[in-house]
Amino acid sequence: MTPTTTTTLSPAVSLNRVTKRYGRGQRQVTALDGIDLDVRPGELLCVVGASGCGKSTLLNLAAGLDQPTSGRVTAAGRTALMFQESALFPWLTAAGNIDLALKLRGIPRAGRRARVEELLATVHLAGFGDKRPHELSGGMRQRVALARAFAQDADVLLMDEPFGALDAMTRDILHDELERLWQERELTVVFVTHNVREAVRLGDRIVVLSSRPGRVTAVLDVPLSRPRRIEEAEVGELAASVTAQLREEVRRHAGDADR
Amino acid sequence: MPVTQTDETAPGEAGAGETAVIDDDRPALSGPREAAATAADLAGLDALDAADEGISGRRALWSSLWPKLAAITLTLGVWQGVVWSGVKPPYVLPGPGPVLAELWTMLADGTIFEAMVNTMVRAVMGFTLALVIGVVVGSLVARVPVLRAAFGSLITGIQTMPSIAWFPLAILLFQLTEKAILFVVVLGAAPAIANGLIAGADQIPPILLRAGRVLGARGFAAWRYVVLPASLPSFVGGLKQGWAFAWRSLMAGELLVIIAEKPSIGSVLQVRRNLADARGLIATMIVILVIGIVVDTLVFGRLERAVLRRWGLATERR
Repeated sequence: MTPTTTTTLSPAVSLNRVTKRYGRGQRQVTALDGIDLDVRPGELLCVVGASGCGKSTLLNLAAGLDQPTSGRVTAAGRTALMFQESALFPWLTAAGNIDLALKLRGIPRAGRRARVEELLATVHLAGFGDKRPHELSGGMRQRVALARAFAQDADVLLMDEPFGALDAMTRDILHDELERLWQERELTVVFVTHNVREAVRLGDRIVVLSSRPGRVTAVLDVPLSRPRRIEEAEVGELAASVTAQLREEVRRHAGDADR
Repeated sequence: MPVTQTDETAPGEAGAGETAVIDDDRPALSGPREAAATAADLAGLDALDAADEGISGRRALWSSLWPKLAAITLTLGVWQGVVWSGVKPPYVLPGPGPVLAELWTMLADGTIFEAMVNTMVRAVMGFTLALVIGVVVGSLVARVPVLRAAFGSLITGIQTMPSIAWFPLAILLFQLTEKAILFVVVLGAAPAIANGLIAGADQIPPILLRAGRVLGARGFAAWRYVVLPASLPSFVGGLKQGWAFAWRSLMAGELLVIIAEKPSIGSVLQVRRNLADARGLIATMIVILVIGIVVDTLVFGRLERAVLRRWGLATERR
């Protein structure tokens, strides 16, 4: 049984005074500056910020693809990362892409076939296994990418604007899907987006990042009950107040342009 | 209240009379009806989005065939026209009729086949050797930055070198032997093959490399499962080019390096020239042309199309 209070558990991902700089000298950019953030196990945490706030850097660090300049990043378990583009391998079928993720985890061939079918069914794509990525729509590709991420059997799913390139209708349905899978699989999800309404629709908590340098300016609880709909008035109201904070951030940088 | 977690079922079956109860410590999100609705929405969108099957079949074959037939007819017509104009006497430039008759005789009495077999054995050996060397060198140069800096432009340089320019050295090194021919064929083909691989590895979208790392592909696994397959379209292009270079080098080699009692297409060509047999000469040239085209289209062309279609880079037949 999972405990009701997750706050007492050790965090799934923990960022401790994390700073990340790129380049050197005059052209040096501080992407993240002294980030302190604990991702609670089992929560769906949304990270919002204006462009250039280091959202993607944050995920790369959490996924271990990149090392912080200073500070410490710890993840309690395995992490999987999903991108805005599906990043499926075009030479493999949908099933082949999922299969490769299993293979790279060292799962023997015998058990993989059934597992692939199961994962395809999980994202409602049973029967599409032999399609190649270019034969699938953007939304379907993202679902295959989601199944591939599940194939990694990660404890933490990191998502980098995964639905950013999709049409509103598909995105809306995929929000429902993600919420369902997150609940069924008891995942921890870190969902990065620039779309505040999407963050309010999905998140247990929302982390607001400032731009250049990226700092945590606010961590908000989303007090709305699930299921939520993106067009709900409460979602809109909360999104409006978060947007106001973000605008404040952007305005603070208005004078920076000529620097 | 029983806590039963129903498996998500395929679209259409979802929620059919089953009860889905979510973990009691999480807020209830969606009952079976909502889940079924989501599944149905997805199935609907998928049906609308699924890509159409490509067209294929006899029509496509015919539409690719008739321009080629027309081109051959036109070429023969121009050739005949030049012969009729009388700029050259017919014993120097015979028309298509006598040449095709000679070609038929060569094929019918089988004299050309021994030469073709010898030549093709050399071609296959040379190309195979070039393939192995090209892949090894290409992989190393694509993978190791120092080697890249050292040999990257050198490989392109060797590729631009006319293969006939290698022969004096090859003959000094290996005399008039098979080895001299193979040496030049390999030098002609291997750089093109290596370059195809290097260019392919360079053009891999960074997102695929990142995806590979996220999935845990490091070192050799990254090479085997991501870099190599991702560079395959360019690699196949390199193979095709490598074949063209190998075939040219081989013909040059067989003209220069004639080995006694080992007839080859090149040596047949040389013999016909010595005999001032223009008909046989041109008939042999047609054999060379046809072999080159057949290998290029039937082997490498098919391979290239299959790869491109599979990669989603080309969906229609050409």
